[in-house]
Amino acid sequence: MTVITPPPTDTRIEDVVTPGGSEPHASRGVLHDVWVIARRGLVHMKRQPEQLSDATIQPIMFVLLFAFVFGGAIEVPGGGSYKEFLMGGIFAQTIVFSAFGVAMSIANDKKNQAVDRFRSLPIANGAVLGGHAVANLLKAFLPIVLMSLTGLLVGWRINSGALDALHGYVLMIAFSFAMIWIGVLLGSVVGTPEGVTGIAFAVLFPITFIASTFVPVVTMPEPLRTIAQWNPTTSLSDALRELFGNPNTPAVGSDPFPIQHPVLYTWIWIVAIVAVVAPIAVGVYRRSTVD
Amino acid sequence: MSPHPIEATGLVKRYGEKTALGGIDLAVPAGTVTAVLGPNGAGKTTAVRILTTLSRATEGTAHVAGFDVATHPTEVRRRIGLAAQDATVDPLLTGFENLVMISELHQLSRRAAKARASELLEEFSLADAANRVTSGYSGGMRRRLDLAATLVADPQVLFLDEPTTGLDPRARNELWSVLDVLVARGTTLLLTTQYLDEADRLADDIVVIDHGRIIAQGDARSLKRQVGGDNIGLIVSDEARLAEAAEVLSKVTGGEAVVDAAAHAAVAPTADGVAGLADVARALADAGIEVEDLGLRQPTLDEVFLTLTGLPIAEDDDARAEEAAR
Repeated sequence: MTVITPPPTDTRIEDVVTPGGSEPHASRGVLHDVWVIARRGLVHMKRQPEQLSDATIQPIMFVLLFAFVFGGAIEVPGGGSYKEFLMGGIFAQTIVFSAFGVAMSIANDKKNQAVDRFRSLPIANGAVLGGHAVANLLKAFLPIVLMSLTGLLVGWRINSGALDALHGYVLMIAFSFAMIWIGVLLGSVVGTPEGVTGIAFAVLFPITFIASTFVPVVTMPEPLRTIAQWNPTTSLSDALRELFGNPNTPAVGSDPFPIQHPVLYTWIWIVAIVAVVAPIAVGVYRRSTVD
Repeated sequence: MSPHPIEATGLVKRYGEKTALGGIDLAVPAGTVTAVLGPNGAGKTTAVRILTTLSRATEGTAHVAGFDVATHPTEVRRRIGLAAQDATVDPLLTGFENLVMISELHQLSRRAAKARASELLEEFSLADAANRVTSGYSGGMRRRLDLAATLVADPQVLFLDEPTTGLDPRARNELWSVLDVLVARGTTLLLTTQYLDEADRLADDIVVIDHGRIIAQGDARSLKRQVGGDNIGLIVSDEARLAEAAEVLSKVTGGEAVVDAAAHAAVAPTADGVAGLADVARALADAGIEVEDLGLRQPTLDEVFLTLTGLPIAEDDDARAEEAAR
C-alpha cells in the first residue's frame, strides 16, 4: 500500500468546532427563512444569462419586433394604433411565460439536490416555496418596467386615468403571482429542467398564441376563436387594453362573457388559480421532495 | 434522552416491493466515529437519509442528538451537519454566499453568518476562492466547502455520505487531514464509505452492510481478524507456472491461495505479516519461479465481502439505479 504524506495544511479546525457541538440557535421565524431563500433566487437570476434574458431582452425584443415588423400589417378592428393594441398582449404573454422560469428553478433545485440540503436544515415549514414565490414575484417587476419603458419609446401611451392605470399594474402583478403556482406545479410534476423546457414550449406557446395577444380573436377560424375567447391570456390582454385605454376589438352582444368582461374574468382566474392550483402545487411539491 | 448521539433500532426502508434497508441497529457513542462500509446500493445512503430526517423509515426508530427523527425532525436538524454524497453546494452562488446562506438558515444573524462564513473559508483553505461561484470549483474544493457548510452551526453530530468518493488521491488526502482533526477533536461522526482504508483510518467502529443488512461490525482490527488480516499477493512472469506458485504460496502461508488466472495472480491470507512475505519470497526463489510482483496487501472491500458472505460484491443494478436516482 502506498503511503502518501498529507500535504501541509494551514487548517486549524480546532478553532471552529467544539467537541460535542454547541446549543443550536433559536428560530428567527418563517419570514427570515423565506427572505434568505428569496435572496438566493434573485442571485440565481442575476447569474443565469438565459433567465435574465427571458426577463429583459426577450420582452423588449418582442415589443420592437411586433411593433415594427407586424405593426403595419395588422389592423385593429374598431380602429386605433396596433402598437397600442400590442402592448397589452406583450405584457400578458410575458406574464404567462413567467411560469416557465418558476418551473425551471423548482426543477433545478431538485437536480442540484438543493431540496435535500434545505430539508436537512432547521428552517420553517414552507420557507423554501415561500422563498421561491417571493423571489419570482420580485423578478416579475423587472420585465413589466422594461416593457413599459420600451412601449413608451415606440409610441404606446396610457390613455386612461391614474386609478385604471394602477389597476392595470396591480392586475399584472396579481397574475404573475398566480402563475408562480402554475410554475411550481409544472416544476414539481415534471421534475427535470429538460422536461420543463419541453413542456413549456409545447404548452405555454399555444396558450399565449391562441389568444388576442398579437391579433384580434375575431380574425381566427372556429374552433380556435372559441378557445381564444375563453383563454385567460386573451382576457388579461384585453383587460390591460381596457384599463390602459388602448384600442381593442369592441365586444358585441353575441360575444361570450370573457370578451364582455375581461377585467372581471381575469380576476376570477387569478382567484381560482391561487385558491385551487396553489394548494395542489404545494401538495405535489411536498410529495415530490419526500420519500 | 438517549444515551448515545446516534441510536437506531430495527430500521427498515422499503420502496414498494424493494427493501433498501432490512432492519439495521446502530449505536454511535459521543465523540466516536462510525464508518458504514458497503458497496453501491447496499443501503448506506438510505440509512443516512433516515438518520438525517430526509427520508422516513418504514419500520424502526432512530434518535439523533437525543431526538426522535420521525417526530422531532426540526430539533434533529438544528443539531446535525450533513454532507450528502454529491456535494450539494449551490453552483450559482459563491463559496462565501453558500456559507452565509446556510448559516442564516441555521438561524444565525446575517452579521454572525458572514463572520462564520469568513472564518470557515479561511480554515478550509478556501479564502482565495471565496468570491468565485462554486460551479468553477474543483471536486476537492467543493467537498471542502460542503464539509465547511456542515460545520456552520457547530453541530453535535456530523453525517458524511461518501465524503471522498470521486476525489483524486491528492484531494482525498487533503480531505482526510481535515477529517483527522475533526476526529481528534471528538466530533461524533457517522460516515459512509466504499473504502476499507478510509474506514480503517478514520473510524473507531466499522459497520459493514450489504443488501440492507449488517453483515459484520467491530473495530478495524477485529474486522480484519474476521477476514484473516493481511494477504500476500503475487503475480507470476510466466503464466504456465501460476498453479505451481499458488501451491508454494498455500504451503508457506498455511492459507488457501485464490488464483486469478487472467491477472496471472494468486492471493493467500497470512498471519505473519512481513516475515511471512520473506518466507514466500525465499520459497519461490527455491522453486525457481520468477514473479513480477510480490507484496503484502490489505484485504480489499471485495475480499472482505468474499470472506463475510462467501459471495463477491453483487452488481445489484436495481439497487444501484435506485441510489443513483436520488
